[in-house]
Amino acid sequence: MSNGNGVEPRKHTIAILVENKFGVLSRVAGLFSARGYNIESLSVGETLDPTVSRMTIVVRGDEFVIEQVMKQLHKLIDVVKVSDLTDDSHVQRELVLIRVNAEPQHRNEILRTADIFRAKVIDVTPSSFVLEATGDEGKLEALIELLRPMGIQEIVRTGKVAIARGPKTRARKTEPAQKRPRVPDDPRVVGFAD
Amino acid sequence: MKMSGARMLLECLKREGVDTIFGLPGGAVLPIYDVLYDFEGLRHILVRQEAAAGHAAEGYSRTTGKVGVCLVTSGPAATNLVTALQDALMDSIPIVAFTGQVPTHLIGNDAFQEADNVGITRPATKHNFLVKDGKDLGPIIREAFHLASTGRPGPVHVDLPKDILVKEAELIWPERVHMRSYNPNYDGHPGQIKKAARSIVRAKRPVLYVGGGVISSDAHAELLELAELTQIPVTTTLMGLGAFPSAHPLSLEMLGMHGTYYANMAVHHSDVLLAIGARFDDRVTGRVDAFAPSAEIVHVDIDPSSISKNIKVDVPIVGDCRRVLRALVEAVREELHAEVPQAVREGRKQWQAQIAEWREKFPLRYDWTDDVIKPQYVVQEVSRLTGGEAFMVTGVGQHQMWAAQYYRFKHPRMWCTSGGLGTMGYGLPTAMGVQAAHPGRLVVNVDGDGSFAMNSQELATCFTEHLPVKTVIMNNNGHGMVRQWQRIIYKERYCAIDLPGIPDWVKLAEAYGCVGLRVTRPSEVGPAIEKMLATPAPVVLDVIVDKDECVFPMVPAGGANTDMILVAPTREVREKAAKSQTGF
Ligand SMILES: Cc1ncc(C[n+]2csc(CCOP(=O)(O)OP(=O)(O)O)c2C)c(N)n1
Repeated sequence: MSNGNGVEPRKHTIAILVENKFGVLSRVAGLFSARGYNIESLSVGETLDPTVSRMTIVVRGDEFVIEQVMKQLHKLIDVVKVSDLTDDSHVQRELVLIRVNAEPQHRNEILRTADIFRAKVIDVTPSSFVLEATGDEGKLEALIELLRPMGIQEIVRTGKVAIARGPKTRARKTEPAQKRPRVPDDPRVVGFAD
Repeated sequence: MKMSGARMLLECLKREGVDTIFGLPGGAVLPIYDVLYDFEGLRHILVRQEAAAGHAAEGYSRTTGKVGVCLVTSGPAATNLVTALQDALMDSIPIVAFTGQVPTHLIGNDAFQEADNVGITRPATKHNFLVKDGKDLGPIIREAFHLASTGRPGPVHVDLPKDILVKEAELIWPERVHMRSYNPNYDGHPGQIKKAARSIVRAKRPVLYVGGGVISSDAHAELLELAELTQIPVTTTLMGLGAFPSAHPLSLEMLGMHGTYYANMAVHHSDVLLAIGARFDDRVTGRVDAFAPSAEIVHVDIDPSSISKNIKVDVPIVGDCRRVLRALVEAVREELHAEVPQAVREGRKQWQAQIAEWREKFPLRYDWTDDVIKPQYVVQEVSRLTGGEAFMVTGVGQHQMWAAQYYRFKHPRMWCTSGGLGTMGYGLPTAMGVQAAHPGRLVVNVDGDGSFAMNSQELATCFTEHLPVKTVIMNNNGHGMVRQWQRIIYKERYCAIDLPGIPDWVKLAEAYGCVGLRVTRPSEVGPAIEKMLATPAPVVLDVIVDKDECVFPMVPAGGANTDMILVAPTREVREKAAKSQTGF
């Protein structure tokens, strides 16, 4: 609840480590709906420790709302750790698949645009392309804006994933260094390779 | 040791120190009842509706400090229980509830009496479990009791598929419970405690605002010590009643919507407000921007999410009320070694005088008549005749507020009321649970005719299980509290509030094998209560009270606590109230 002196609402990226247990996603999702917080995006995946999953949630709110969101998340029994990455040094990526009309007169321009944005063409039909792009929000929005005039048929986005930079790596405790990182086959993680 | 899941459950309950279960059987839990048939050392109390099992477990828990336990079957039984779970969640009462579930292979099949129990109870519990493997049962029960009783206490629900109850599995009983994701903080931060102590000692107009957390953590002795050491007046929330003796010279009694004038005025004008185990509920604060506007707020709570949720706090202290209060007393003693400035001493003297003046100006009051029974008088008589030594339970409504205002509380853990959820029907089943935990003690349920009707079937349980609960119905032939709102805020447009004298509560009590009494005149009240208290059986005392009586003071919802309505409203008052009204 805002007391009126909180800073303006803005987007926060929150990383949550949760026990990889039955029902944990609905606990988190249920919390947001029960308390009337708006999730802008949510992504989930396993971590190096298979008993722990990591959620990245983007939520909009002022300082007080975000403080409550963090506390309420932490109060959930299956939540191991909550961190607000927003003001820490971190990188974030999202993956988007875009199926766009590919009229003959537009095909070249689409390919050029894709190239500039380092998007990949992953499917082609006589009338459409499917592009795959990763990046931060600004980049993906710009790409979508450029493609919009050609006629976007459908967009699918993964939601954001984020990771802290530098030596202050997140969740040391649950990700012992001796474990060899597995190569993730989860497309949500592709963003990191950008 | 290998055994069926059903036996394992009861074995584990015994190991957890459970002696009483409130329950009602059905298909999915029959394997448990089959083991219970000749199981030694557990008393099962058969209730008549599942919500009652939950409330009884709450009453058992609140008055013993132990975890209350209830057991019901799948589907409709589990959904019936939900109200009690939410009630326990809002009032931080530790209970563990077991529900039956269809066999694992049928889950999700819309099987007979299937409901998504864990899906339904998720937001109504502190945590819940679905047992998917017999060998997990022991560890889950350990965790369930641990979670219910530690940190901020609350209800935990365990869903038991029937096949798990039937199959044999190895009993695993971890000696210690460790959960990496659950580590409540018990000791307050020493720096913050020091800061709080400094503020307290330098405060000119300090007030202690105390909630149910002081009772949950058994911190009443520490509270008394702090209050007496610092001579700071104490007001309690509805849930905090009993944490501080009502008759103590420093007691301001209850604050909030129906709090005393002097409690609300003192809190409003305070310069340091020490909130201990309370959560700044809207019924306490009134309009938040007008709540204690000039106070530095110190907030002690075990639950970090309670802090700065509704009101911005200046000195947050996360920890167990008892430990923090103990440390605070020490810190205050240290501070007191230094010279207390003259201005502070002067300020405190004026503050005492100011509070005395408020007390004098508007004490709790009602108009006496010789013809009609005033409900406040009934509570006063109960208080006088039990000497404050009875367990007190209430329903929800006007009678609840009068009980809170006029009963003289002496001890903690002797008051059970539905504070957060305001659950009508809470009274009788909760009183039953209290009585089961304290055989031979007096348990009085002050109820309303509307609330009592919502669980009056439990008179059968009282009779058959020998639970001699004493119910006093404040019978105003209607939903009094709703009537009060319609009178004051909705211009006397009375709608859907009449409960015109049926059933005959005396006959109903007798139909259930209990004793029924009725009084209609003030002079009969005392003798009838005496008779009730002396009767060894469950009693229903039907007291026909003045239906026009209203609970005062009253802060209209959404109003500031200083906008109290103090006496029966004139038209101007009604109009003023209607203006500040923002929602029921
Ligand atoms: C389960 C439930 N339903 C409805 C309400 C709304 N409500 C609050 S007080 C009240 C009237 C209570 O009447 P009664 O128990 O007779 O007590 P009185 O106010 O007359 O003392 C109602 C209907 C509630 N609190 N709980």
